[in-house]
Order: sequence, then structure tokens, then C-alpha cells
Amino acid sequence: MSYDWSTLLPLIFAGLMGLAILIYVILDGFDLGIGILFAAAEDTEQDTMIAAIGPFWDANETWLVLAVGLLLVAFPLAHGLILTALYIPVFVLLVGLILRGVAFDFRAKVPAGKKHRWNRIFFLGSVVASLAQGYMLGVYVLGLDVGVGGMAFGVLVAFCLAAAYAAMGAAWVIYKAEGELQKKAVRWLRTALVLTALGMAAVSLATPFASPRIFDKWFVWPQMLYLSPLPILSALLFLWLWRQTFHLPKPDDRHALRPFLTLAAIFALGFAGLAWSFYPFVVPDKLTIWQAASAPESLAIILVGTVVVLPVIIFYSFYAYRVFGGKATDLTYD
Amino acid sequence: MDPLILSRMQFGANISFHILFPTITIALGWVLLFFKLRYNATNDSAWMRAYFTWVKVFALSFAMGVVSGVTMSFQFGTNWPGYMQHVGNIAGPLLAYEILTAFFLEAAFLGIMLFGFRRVSNRVHTLATVLVAGGTTLSAFWIIALNSWMQTPAGFEMRDGVAHAVDWWAIVFNPSMPYRLVHMLLASGLTVSFLIAGLSALRYLHGDRSESMWKALRTGVFTAAILIPIQILAGDQHGLNTLEHQPQKIAAMEANWNTGPNVPLVLFALPDEAAKENRFEIAIPDGASLILRHSTGGVVPGLNDYPGNHPPVFPLFWSFRIMVGTGLLMLAVSWSAAFFLKRRHSLPRPLAMLMVPMALSGWLATLAGWYTTEIGRQPWLVTGVLKTADAVGPVAGSHVALTLAIYLLLYVLLLIAYLGVLVHLALKAAKDGDSSPLPGVMKIAMSQPAAEE
Repeated sequence: MSYDWSTLLPLIFAGLMGLAILIYVILDGFDLGIGILFAAAEDTEQDTMIAAIGPFWDANETWLVLAVGLLLVAFPLAHGLILTALYIPVFVLLVGLILRGVAFDFRAKVPAGKKHRWNRIFFLGSVVASLAQGYMLGVYVLGLDVGVGGMAFGVLVAFCLAAAYAAMGAAWVIYKAEGELQKKAVRWLRTALVLTALGMAAVSLATPFASPRIFDKWFVWPQMLYLSPLPILSALLFLWLWRQTFHLPKPDDRHALRPFLTLAAIFALGFAGLAWSFYPFVVPDKLTIWQAASAPESLAIILVGTVVVLPVIIFYSFYAYRVFGGKATDLTYD
Repeated sequence: MDPLILSRMQFGANISFHILFPTITIALGWVLLFFKLRYNATNDSAWMRAYFTWVKVFALSFAMGVVSGVTMSFQFGTNWPGYMQHVGNIAGPLLAYEILTAFFLEAAFLGIMLFGFRRVSNRVHTLATVLVAGGTTLSAFWIIALNSWMQTPAGFEMRDGVAHAVDWWAIVFNPSMPYRLVHMLLASGLTVSFLIAGLSALRYLHGDRSESMWKALRTGVFTAAILIPIQILAGDQHGLNTLEHQPQKIAAMEANWNTGPNVPLVLFALPDEAAKENRFEIAIPDGASLILRHSTGGVVPGLNDYPGNHPPVFPLFWSFRIMVGTGLLMLAVSWSAAFFLKRRHSLPRPLAMLMVPMALSGWLATLAGWYTTEIGRQPWLVTGVLKTADAVGPVAGSHVALTLAIYLLLYVLLLIAYLGVLVHLALKAAKDGDSSPLPGVMKIAMSQPAAEE
């Protein structure tokens, strides 16, 4: 492997795309999760939960546009292959995202009597979008297998990813809410955590056994040794967070952000595992990142923009989160 | 049914639904900035009331634009995989720059613009409004650059059937780009000014004579009256540009079957592509030659020069006429409304009643215009480079038909809900008038005692 631009650029873009997906899953994860938890919340709690994500969700969803956009512009062949294979789940995802996105705004603007309807749509859209994402992940993990086995596994992952998002949502509520709602969120987190752990274990085991190539990447000495921190650290974080749920909320609301950060770390570890499994393929066992990549000169011109703009985006995103830091209060246009 | 035509219908439905909302947010961002700056300069709280009424419309339109925009980013791959395979090297960077420079800017500062009034200083809030408005306009710039490149490609070379960039300046500022960008930005301005004027007229009809209603009404009417003649001029220039670069599109728009001088301007006809003639034609002699060549003997291209290589005539002929007709109606309505507001300081009831449905005239004209230019590019996806039929994906027609039906149902329901909320917001504002509670307006962030009143 030589280190010229046509080798490096696809690698850099695979990394950038991975980063965008990870940020998306963490950020939109918590607001999708709050949508899922809507079913278990009272009317007034729902308003607080919406206030906890109101200023952020637009920007969170933009990371999905960036991730899909990078797939589209950097790996156009893969974009076509993956999305035509997942035509129906993608459609379901989009309908879910459309419904929840608009419900978010409609529920605040329609006459009071119709608010309930949009609350239900917000819940439904969030659940559908989460399930669709999980299903797509499951099918992708098995190499875009759309047979009966692949679909069954897709359904399993769908429920686990929805649970993982619910856990993220609960962790975000713990950070942004007070009183009864915060206590409730701790209980939500505990339940969702079990399902999340189950899901991660399922994906971790299914991936190597579905593909001999991936099996060989993990279960060969000494790789096994170097890779062992990934599963061990994830398991420890799960256990630690599980124990934490019995001590939260703490006096003076200390460590309220910890569950969210811990979950983000678990997501990142799981994501690193997936990345290791699939590298160098962007369409499992069919197309490598080099075969699917755009022309180097086009990638270079995107990279220039990315290097300049991405740090600025991250900077002002932090600023926006800081402006709306602290506990969520009633969300008004002021 | 044929997956190609179904895919086109689906993509057309999605992008038509999508464009409605950016058309509003692009210009509404600047109108909100205008309200904000007037407030900063005059300290008149009516400006801020106008701001808060319309910022809600902005938030809702923005959300509709975001979710339908997410759909677009997937549809390239699901419906047109051949598009990125052949011209991805050009389209990719333009789309990437749109996401990187515009989308994040809008999304991040929208939160501050909508909900941050008490949390940041007045200056930062104004800055957030500037950045959001700038972001929407910037995203229009990039996407228009890409669309124009598909109409009049430049600055590239083909290697093994794949387009490679040679000159990025020529790609971005391709021959039709400046005209299309100006035309679209003005269209957005007109859409928003008629929307504001129309909903304000609705408030007027409900007896609302509050300061914030007058301010919004005047802003809408005068902006429309100023923009519409500029738009007519810009549209004419855009047409001449199309005549130079895509003559077959002009031939279809004018339903002119044979190249030659003294071509009439057809006002009404049912173009019959099989017989290559117009039925029930009503026309002004030499009109098209005069408009397009500025002389009665001017030669206007005809469809006979482009056998099998020109767009369908009927939809082009009519969508163009709907756009122009709407534009002329906009001219008449906005100028008479401006006259009455300036001279009589009131609106005659019939005119106000006409202005209410005219709130959506911008949408109609914009859609008709886009149909003209996009159907006018057929049978090409990228003029002279890639045919639409060669880009369609391998998805079964039944899948496309099923999803298309659900999309259409969803879009109709969402449009009804959207328009319902607009009317609800207008009526609520009419009822509250100048007594609506005003959120605290501060020169200094947080912790300061709130409000001007």
C-alpha cells in the first residue's frame, strides 16, 4: 500500500463519514429517544422533554444529511448500491423522520385541542425512524442480506437500536430535567439499558459468524489481544452505568451528564468495532472504499472545504449547546 | 408502469414539495432581519410583534424544508444511482459545499434565533438572524449552481463515460447560473411578500387594525410591488439566455414547430405533438419574434430542428404560461394594493379578499417555473451528457408506485396541516392585535430585568 493521494483520500473520507455517522447516532439518538419515551410521559412532562431538545434537533438531523451526503459524494457507487438494496426501509425511515420533524413544530402551533394528535404522531414517527435505522444496520451487517434470515436479524437489531435510542433519550432527560421527571428518566434508563446491552451483544456475535472474513479479523492471535479492550471496556461501562442508575439523581444534581457521556462512549466503542469489522469495505464484501470512491481531484476539493469548515461547525455547535445549557424550561419564542 | 416515469414522478413530487419551503425561508429570513433591524432602530414594539408572528411561520417552514430535504439526499441514490456514477465528480463537491457551508449554519443558529432571545444579547440574536438568512441564501447558491450546471454544463471533460472537473469556476458560474440564481431569489422574495401581504389581508378582513398588522401588510405589499417589475425583467433575460444555450426548450415553451422568422406569440393552444401542430390557437402575429429577437423578422428556433431531442411540448407550453400569467396578476394586485396603501391608507374589501388566495401565488409561479425549466431539460438529465433514462435505478416499478402513493398522501395531509396552521396563526394574531404578550426584549443578556413594556 503506497501513501499517495488516491490511496489516502478515500481513507480520509471513510473516516469523516464514520465520524459523521457516529455524531449523528449520538445526537439524533437522544432526540429520537425522547420521542420514543413520549408514550410513557405525562402531558406536562412532554412539554419539558420537547424543551430539552427544541433548539438542537434541526442541527442533530443535519449530521445525517452530512453522513449520507458524504456517502453520496465520496462513494457514489456505494450510495447507489446500498440505497437501492434498502429502498423500502429507507422509505420507511424517511416517512418517520418527516412525521416526527413536522410534528415537533405543529404540536406547538396548532389549537390546543389538536396537540394530542401531533404528540402521537411525534411518538410514532420517532419509533418508526429508529426501527428503520436499526433494521438497515442489521441488514447491512449481514452484507445487505435481504433473505428471511437477514430480515429476522434486521428486526432484532431494529428493536435493540430503538432501545439504545430510548436509553440516550432517558440519559438526556436526566441531564435536562428535575424532580419527578428526572427520577422517572432514571428508571427508563435502567430498562432501556438492558435491551441496549442485549442488542450490542447480538450484533457483536452475529457479525463475525455471518462472514468468515470478519471472523478472521477478530479471532486470530495476536489481533484478539489488541482488540480485547473494545468488548471488555464496553461491558464494564454497561455495568458501571447500570449501577449508577441506583444512585441517580444525586444531591445537588451532581454527575447528571454522566449517563449521557457514558452511553456516548459505549456507542463510540461499538462503532469502532463495526468499523474494524468492515474495513476496507463500504459495501460489505462487495466494494472497497477505493473501488467506490470519486475521482481524487473531486475528493481533494471537498476535503479543502471540510478541513476549513468542519472545525467551525463543531465550534458553533458547542456554542449553541452552551447557550441552551442547564435545565430545560418552557420553550417560548424568546 | 414504467419505473422510469414512476421514478421521475416520485422525484418530481418530492422535490416539488421540498422547494415550497426553501422558497419561503430564503426570503423570509431577510424579512425577519428587516423587522429586527427596524425594531433595533425605532424601539417600536410593533416591529417585534411582527417578528414573532412571522418567526413561527419561519420555524414551521424550516422544519418542513429540513425533513423534505433529508428525503432528497437519499433520493439521489434510491432513484438515480446513474446520476452520481456519471457526474458525481461534479455534483458531489457542490452538494458537499452546500451541506458544509449552509445547512449546519442555518440549523445551529436557528435554535438561537427562535428560542434564544432571552439567553443571548440583542446583538447576538440579530447576528443569529443574519447567519440564518445568509445560510438559506448560500444553500440556494450551491444548489442553483448544480442545477444550472445540469442545464448548461461547462468546465469539465469526459473520461470513460465519467465527468471530471477541469475548471471549478466555470462549473459553478456556468452560463445559465447567474440568471437562474437571480430569478429564483426574486421568486423567493415575491413568494414571501405575497404570503405576508395575503395573511395580513386576512387579519385586515377580520377587523385587525393593529400596528403590527399594518407594518407586516406594508412590508409585504411594497416589497412585492418593487420586486415584480424587476422579476419580469430578470425573467426576460433568463429567457434570452435559454434561447442561446437551450433553444429546443424555447421552441417547446412557445410551441413553435418550424424554425423561421415572423413567429407569432401563442396565447392559447393545445399543442399536439403527434400532428406537430397547435389546435385552437390564439396568437399575436410576430409576437415571439419581437420578444425573443426584438424584430418582427427575427428567427425563432422551431421543434423541427430537434427531432427526438426536444422536451414534451404540452407541459412546457402550459407551465410557462401559468408562470407568466401568475406574474402579471401579481403585478396588477401588488401595484393596486400599493396605490391604495400609499394614497388612501386603507384597502378596499374586494382587493383584500383577492389578496388572501394570492398568498399562495408565489408557490404557483415558482412551481410552474421549475416545471418549465426541468421538464424543458428532458430527455437529458445533464444536457448533452447523460440521458434521464440512463440514470434510473434497478428498483421494481411496483415499489416505486407504492412509495409514490404514500408520499403523495403524506404531502397532501402535511400541506393541509401547514396551511391550517398559517391561517390559525393569522387569526390568532388578528384577535390579539397589539395586546399580544411580548417576550422580553433586552439589550443585555440574561439576569437583566426584562421587557420594554
